[in-house]
Amino acid sequence: MKIETRNEHFQSSSIIGKILAKLHIDTLLFVGLGLVCALSFLILYSASNQDMALLSRQVIRIGFAFCLMTALAYINPDQFKRYSVGLYILGVLLLIAVLIMGDVGKGAQRWLNLGFFKFQPSEMIKITTPMMISWYLSKHGFPLKLKQLVIAGILICMPTLLIAKQPDLGTSLLVASSGAAVLFFAGLSWRFMLITGIVLTSLTPVLWHFMHDYQRGRVLTFLNPEADPMGSGYHIIQSKIAIGSGGIYGKGWLGSTQSKLDYLPESSTDFIFAVFAEEFGLIGSFVLLILYLLIIVRCLYIALEAQDTYSRLLAGSLTFTFFVYIFVNIGMVIGILPVVGVPLPLVSYGGTSMVTLLASFGILMSIHTHRKFLPH
Amino acid sequence: MPSPHNIFTLKDTLTENRIFLSRIVVIFSFIVFLMLVLISRLIYLQIVGHEHYASLATRNRIKISSIPPTRGIIYDRNGRILADNLPSYSLEIIPEQVPDLDDTLKRLQVLLEIPDKKIAEFHKQRKRRKRFINTPLLLRLTEEEVANFAVMRPFFPGVDIHARLVRRYPYSFLTAHVVGYVGRINEKELKKLPPAEYRGTYHIGKNGIEKSYETLLHGKAGYKEVETNAQGRDVNVLNVVEPESGTKLYLSLDIDLQKTAYKTLEGYNGALVAIDIDTGGVLAMVSRPSYNPNSFIYGISNKEYAALRDSTDRPLFDRALRGQYPPGSTVKPFIGLAGLEHDIMNFQSKVYCSGYYQLPNHKHKFRDWKRWGHGSTDLNKAITESCDVYFYNLAVLMGIDKMHDFMTKFGFGEKTGIDLDGEKPGLFPSQAWKNKVKKQPWYPGNSIITAIGQGFTLATPLQLARATATLANRGQIVTPHLVDRIVYANHTTSKIQQPKKIINLKPQNVDNVINSMINVVHSSSGTAKRLAKGIKYKIAGKTGTAQVFTVKQNARYNEDAIDYKLRDHALFVSFAPADKPKIAVAVIVENGGHGGSVAAPMAAKVMQQFLEDNNLLDEN
Repeated sequence: MKIETRNEHFQSSSIIGKILAKLHIDTLLFVGLGLVCALSFLILYSASNQDMALLSRQVIRIGFAFCLMTALAYINPDQFKRYSVGLYILGVLLLIAVLIMGDVGKGAQRWLNLGFFKFQPSEMIKITTPMMISWYLSKHGFPLKLKQLVIAGILICMPTLLIAKQPDLGTSLLVASSGAAVLFFAGLSWRFMLITGIVLTSLTPVLWHFMHDYQRGRVLTFLNPEADPMGSGYHIIQSKIAIGSGGIYGKGWLGSTQSKLDYLPESSTDFIFAVFAEEFGLIGSFVLLILYLLIIVRCLYIALEAQDTYSRLLAGSLTFTFFVYIFVNIGMVIGILPVVGVPLPLVSYGGTSMVTLLASFGILMSIHTHRKFLPH
Repeated sequence: MPSPHNIFTLKDTLTENRIFLSRIVVIFSFIVFLMLVLISRLIYLQIVGHEHYASLATRNRIKISSIPPTRGIIYDRNGRILADNLPSYSLEIIPEQVPDLDDTLKRLQVLLEIPDKKIAEFHKQRKRRKRFINTPLLLRLTEEEVANFAVMRPFFPGVDIHARLVRRYPYSFLTAHVVGYVGRINEKELKKLPPAEYRGTYHIGKNGIEKSYETLLHGKAGYKEVETNAQGRDVNVLNVVEPESGTKLYLSLDIDLQKTAYKTLEGYNGALVAIDIDTGGVLAMVSRPSYNPNSFIYGISNKEYAALRDSTDRPLFDRALRGQYPPGSTVKPFIGLAGLEHDIMNFQSKVYCSGYYQLPNHKHKFRDWKRWGHGSTDLNKAITESCDVYFYNLAVLMGIDKMHDFMTKFGFGEKTGIDLDGEKPGLFPSQAWKNKVKKQPWYPGNSIITAIGQGFTLATPLQLARATATLANRGQIVTPHLVDRIVYANHTTSKIQQPKKIINLKPQNVDNVINSMINVVHSSSGTAKRLAKGIKYKIAGKTGTAQVFTVKQNARYNEDAIDYKLRDHALFVSFAPADKPKIAVAVIVENGGHGGSVAAPMAAKVMQQFLEDNNLLDEN
């Protein structure tokens, strides 16, 4: 059997296409991500009250993240597979380190101060957990047996609980869902999922018992934001006002009053979608969602085309996590989900999540551009 | 050829591929479904709820702040200011703009000698306010303090002097009851006031003209639409609607006449009302004792208020408007006219006065004030000398109801309708009234004392002045009012018009009664004959002495022997010049004794000044 690396873009005629292909960049994904980032700059400029300094910081971050993405895309996925275990263990150890000696910010311990920059291990674990589970299941996985399920469950729960303890509900949710997604793609039986669903639902009161006061508050606020309009319900109410007042066509770029006049808190970070919907209206929101959906479709296609179990499981999981980001963030901003600290992917101001996200796209590109070609 | 191991792997891989494909399809459908959930929620918020949320966003953003109007100024008939607005200075601090608050306060304390208590108060207030809103440190700065600070102002960034307009009454005691005063809006008033108009206004008319013309004096509040951010800081002024100042009110009051009237009553409790007969405008309206209305503006101290409220002289009580007194003999010209109009007798009919009157078959003696009687008396003599027996006799012949109906036409027992709040109606009794209120039948004896203005009869000084003016006006009813003209913000003027109503009277009867009233002053037997000295024109008048307590049968009223508070009230009603009446005056002096000696000179002084000041004496 002759095995060669196949890259469809070698046939591409344009120079840019050839460069991208040489760099192992997936053109369609690249364009999609670029468009979303462009929208992000546009709306960040407005949401930050035209703060050029803030915008340039974000441009630099995204530039850095794109470089990381390109670097990861260049690496052969076999290397990811090889280092999956090591990176996972490192991630978990760092999480433990954070709990012991991390910096405290906004009432939670999330950062490791490495002197020259602050590092958030929970971001790294978002990728290394699905890598670990994919590695484990690709080794022992098919068909899925109870023993593997239990071990995979433990591997997911460890980082999830460590992050929940920080506490960072949003990230632990994302880590859990990325692990669960791997199991789902690996063919977890429907019956098992149903039973797990029922058990988890019945465990809700127990979960409630272990929640922090502020987390309980968020859930209660979500259920009835009007109960405390000036307090905990303020975010959601002001965000709904922003979105609703935008209407179909929006108030136009830089036309947001809710964020310009500071009524909308966190307007350039977690609640940036509200500003977007206020300025660009339903039509703009629809365009953004379609862009996201196109990226997801491309990623799912990459997963489908992936040629080994590890790659396809990892690709599927990373794609699903990307969607969970979108859904949890927008769901929170439009008031159908409780407030959890999840940024709008590629749009919200902030470096860490941006780097993690583009890293995962780098992995997806790597998977797609390093496929082993099977002759007919 | 593939090995069996390879076949197994291959088969396994195919199943795995199949399952993975189906899982991708499932997850894709799941994602699309959730995207649709997001979109439908967005449609709900941005299309269905758009209007609602848009209005909420506007309400968030736009704060409407009221600009209070300037209260209208009140003038007297000659344009002299009776109530105006003066700036009151306060020292205010915007904490945000002060570099070092503690240091600034220390230096201010030295500069303006501010007590520590005020500083503590300031800190307390400051904590409740936003950093960018000014907080007052000192209120009501003196001119000197303002000057002291103004010089040093550059050294106090964030500290400034603010001026607010505060009401002031330059004539103070003189106009207290008429003009009234403004005071802080209380909770009860707040509920009744239109909130949009009074946002930003802290004072409201509590009394007098200030109260009855509140709406006009207040003006129309303007407003400012300001875009504000979440902290409440003004970002941008979107729209300003300027306030409309309150209307200027020109009263018919003549402040010089008011001063004279006030002075002439000095030493007594009482009231004087002077009316311009042509217009019904009140020229002077005094109630003594009075009070300083300026004390009420900032909120009067409890002690000061208690002193006013508990004083037995009742300075807060407006005697001219609300004091109800037995009118005594001042009703006699009207009763006499009633007799003539009803043909009970004629002007020449005589009654013999022997000092008392007895009803047939009754022992009770209704005494005349003149113990030995007036002898043979006609109406002229009865009015000039104020014979009681003549009127006792007339009352019995006429009956109470005719008397009541006639007197009501002159406004007895009814409010005059003056443009002031709280007027009292007085009382003129009738059979029906007594049956209803006292649940007793009417006795002829009641009629007898009613005819000399005693018994149930009560009248306010304002009513007496008005009835006298109406009589002087030969039945053309005079309706008293204080506001003469209103000057609106757009400089249009409206003048108060007197309603035209006439009591039908025979001119001969009116002439006869007025001539009798002239004789009160100008004949040698008149009860107010001392007024005639030195004047070239004719005054028509009638004295009255109202009993505060009843003298027992066979007992004599001895002024010196009884307590001051039980002494008779002295009354005088009059108008002048008698042939061309211009001014009508009614005076009541509580416990003043005889109308002729105490009350009449006061009225004469006021009339004299009015006629002189207005050059109405040339023709005589």
